[in-house]
Amino acid sequence: MTRRGAGGLAVGLLLAVLLWLVLYPLVLVLAEGVYGPEGWTLEHVRQFVGRPTEMRALWGSLWISVASVALAALLGIPLAFLLGRYDLPGGRALGGLVALPAVLPPLVGVVAFLFLYGEAGFVSLLLMRLLRLEEPPWRLEGAGAILLVHAYSMYVYFYLLVRAALVSLDGSQLEAAASLGAGRWRTLRRVVLPHLKPALAGAALLTFMTALGSFSAPYVFGGGFRVMPTQIVATRLNGENQLAMVETASLTALALLALLLFRSRSGGPGSAGGRKGAGPARIVIRRPLARLVAGVVGWGLTLLLLLPHLTLVLVSFVPVGTWTTEPLPPAYTVSNYVALVQDPVRVRPLVNSIWLATVATIAAVAIALAAALLNARRTSGPRRAIEALLALPWAVPGTVFAIALATAFSVREPLAGRFILVGTLWILPLAYLVRNLPITSRAITSGVRALDPSLDEAAASLGAGRRRTLVRVTMPLLRPALLAGASLAFVTAFGDFVTSIMLYTYDTRPISLEILSSLRQADVGVAAAYGVVLMLVSAAVFVVGSGGPGRGGNAG
Amino acid sequence: MTPFLSVEGLSKRFDRTVAVDDVTLSLTRGEMLALLGPSGSGKTTMLRLLAGFETPDAGRIRVEAEDVTRVEPVHRRFGMVFQHYALFPHLDAGENVGFGLESLGVRGAELADRVARALALVDLAGIERRRVDQLSGGQQQRVALARALAPEPRVLLLDEPLSNLDPTLRERTRREIRDLIRRVGITTVLVTHEQDEAFDLGDRVAVLRSGRLEQVGTPDELYAAPANRFVAGFVGRSSMIPVAVLGPTEWGTRVAVEGAEWEIERPPGHPVMLPGPAVLLSRPEALRLGEDDQAIMGTVIARRFTGPSSFFTVRTASGATLEVVAPPTAVRTGERVGILPSRRAAGGLHLFPAEDE
Repeated sequence: MTRRGAGGLAVGLLLAVLLWLVLYPLVLVLAEGVYGPEGWTLEHVRQFVGRPTEMRALWGSLWISVASVALAALLGIPLAFLLGRYDLPGGRALGGLVALPAVLPPLVGVVAFLFLYGEAGFVSLLLMRLLRLEEPPWRLEGAGAILLVHAYSMYVYFYLLVRAALVSLDGSQLEAAASLGAGRWRTLRRVVLPHLKPALAGAALLTFMTALGSFSAPYVFGGGFRVMPTQIVATRLNGENQLAMVETASLTALALLALLLFRSRSGGPGSAGGRKGAGPARIVIRRPLARLVAGVVGWGLTLLLLLPHLTLVLVSFVPVGTWTTEPLPPAYTVSNYVALVQDPVRVRPLVNSIWLATVATIAAVAIALAAALLNARRTSGPRRAIEALLALPWAVPGTVFAIALATAFSVREPLAGRFILVGTLWILPLAYLVRNLPITSRAITSGVRALDPSLDEAAASLGAGRRRTLVRVTMPLLRPALLAGASLAFVTAFGDFVTSIMLYTYDTRPISLEILSSLRQADVGVAAAYGVVLMLVSAAVFVVGSGGPGRGGNAG
Repeated sequence: MTPFLSVEGLSKRFDRTVAVDDVTLSLTRGEMLALLGPSGSGKTTMLRLLAGFETPDAGRIRVEAEDVTRVEPVHRRFGMVFQHYALFPHLDAGENVGFGLESLGVRGAELADRVARALALVDLAGIERRRVDQLSGGQQQRVALARALAPEPRVLLLDEPLSNLDPTLRERTRREIRDLIRRVGITTVLVTHEQDEAFDLGDRVAVLRSGRLEQVGTPDELYAAPANRFVAGFVGRSSMIPVAVLGPTEWGTRVAVEGAEWEIERPPGHPVMLPGPAVLLSRPEALRLGEDDQAIMGTVIARRFTGPSSFFTVRTASGATLEVVAPPTAVRTGERVGILPSRRAAGGLHLFPAEDE
């Protein structure tokens, strides 16, 4: 077979796999909303539009997402300026710490919030004691609670993107503005903000999509307040499957609409023209009082943001049933961690999460690498389709994909490409894989794009064939990108909750579900211990993926 | 002598632009050819066609009797030094140099020995274990050269070999490269847009423009007998002034220039020019300052000092500018001067038809 023929075959094969795994399940969901056992019907669409609860959930999803963007921006942008532009005492450590929530699974954040600000959490108990209250001062429930968790976990997007943009600002541009007589505000408005526009738009989109698909917070704190992802799960539990399909379609439509709106507006030159100069020097605050205030604000805010995680660590050392009304737990033990390793029932979820995430990661990296290499030097219709399919799961909320896969793979129709995977070991790795494709392929594709094409040519002119070039030149150079892609895939799969809750079986229950069931059994210590394990493994994998602690991306 | 490397009617187009247009060239064994041209002249495409990274739309490339036009780069055995060196950043200097040898199946002690010899050849003995990003630009370039030469290729290709070096390093590196290639005796094609480099490194220089080969020759030939106005203007310093051809003389052509009448030598073999408008191209050393009834009068508008002599730019009454070489203190900027053909102007004054571009 000719080389071109082999490449064409690989492209065709990859396209077929992606169509089958990514697009086909979504199409099935859309179809089943309007096609049931009795044939074509608009009954469920009518139901959906007619019920006030449905419309409220859709509206709830929309406004919660918009409000989350606003709150996350309010928190993340000032932090980025404070830590990115000013030289604070311990600024480097702060910079890294504040970025921590980026690697934490959403459910862990939610549980940590519960322990800290919940009715029986530290803050609430402390206030009851101080103010001699009979009742908890508040209930952590409803839209407010969801927004609080969202703001707390999603400010990271604004913080990271804006800070990166601030660092990439050409320092001589600021000096040029100053030498042209522009004051601090005019420089901010005319030079800095235009430079930040792409980062702000990117962060807003990222936050919006994450909030729209957010499941953990509404599920745990929502109470009577429903957003679309929780509404879908409730409808499924009621057995109204086809209505759930219509809901799923509506959520997908909302996500895609948002994506289109953002894309059409966030175009612009951005930081075009390349960057030659060095990044701007950080502003040193000279007045001792101002420096003290800035330091206290910086560290105070960081502490506030990390308090939930510290709480989680503390609670993980609390023995069962010993902590009831005291503001601080009266006794501590390591038995929760011991149980995690010794009790076979407790060990199982840990082992499950590790192998499920590993399988999903290997598959995602393999697909992403194949796509990146095939698309590296050539473009064509099928190759562009591969790129689009790899990116699509990013725009579709996790709940939607869970439903789509549950629908596609609960029937045995080999000729239609449908097999029974639901209830087997394989549905979860498959779901994780599909969800991981966008981030993994983005990391690996950018690695492949960054390769100097003349290295390939150099290898060829030195007599190295395709295989030897791949093994000796391409793969070693791609190692950082592969590691980054793999670590992102692993961390996401390892902490997944939203797809797991719809697709798990008792034998494949992952850590996130075990946390939930431990909580339900009031076994807070064990739940927290699981959470800490999840947190530590995620952080460790992330550090490895970003090139080790020495070369870490957040070292600055 | 029979050609070692030959190119016949080579053409390559990308979409609508013709990058290389019907180029025919040949090199004898051990010859160094410099492809010289401005950016976009197709010289890099030529080199990539020779290396096999591009496939020509028409034409042939031969090494001795073998047609290599469609031979993959892997099997072509042409060594290449890339403009940005393209050293493998994850391999050390020795592994880089050994890369091509390993493709040939060289292993073990022989590999180490040949790597050491290749590095010694470029005066970098003993740096095998150094990371390539720890080497200076000049050292990286020599490692790239050693890497290309180690597998003993049939032809060596150099893409702008000096463009990435500090200007102060260039001249020395140029000499080193020239001596090294002479010593190895390998047939070499190099691409450059700097005429100094082309003159210094090339046994012959091929001038390219818009994909077409304008002229091939030794540096002396190109300078003394440029085939057309482009080559004359691109190679060496020169200035141009419109003239009117009056008619042939015994050994040259009589022209009217700025009210004066000059006689321009006609190179052997050149056709007699018919009376009418033409362009006179002059080398600075072919003109001199002097008062005479046949002198062109003008004002000195600039002086470029180069030590023993200076280049004076003179604006004539018609607005044309001419460059004249003279002792540094001959005249001052702003002075009125007369310009005459130098007595040893032979080869420094060329007439071209006015419409010839």
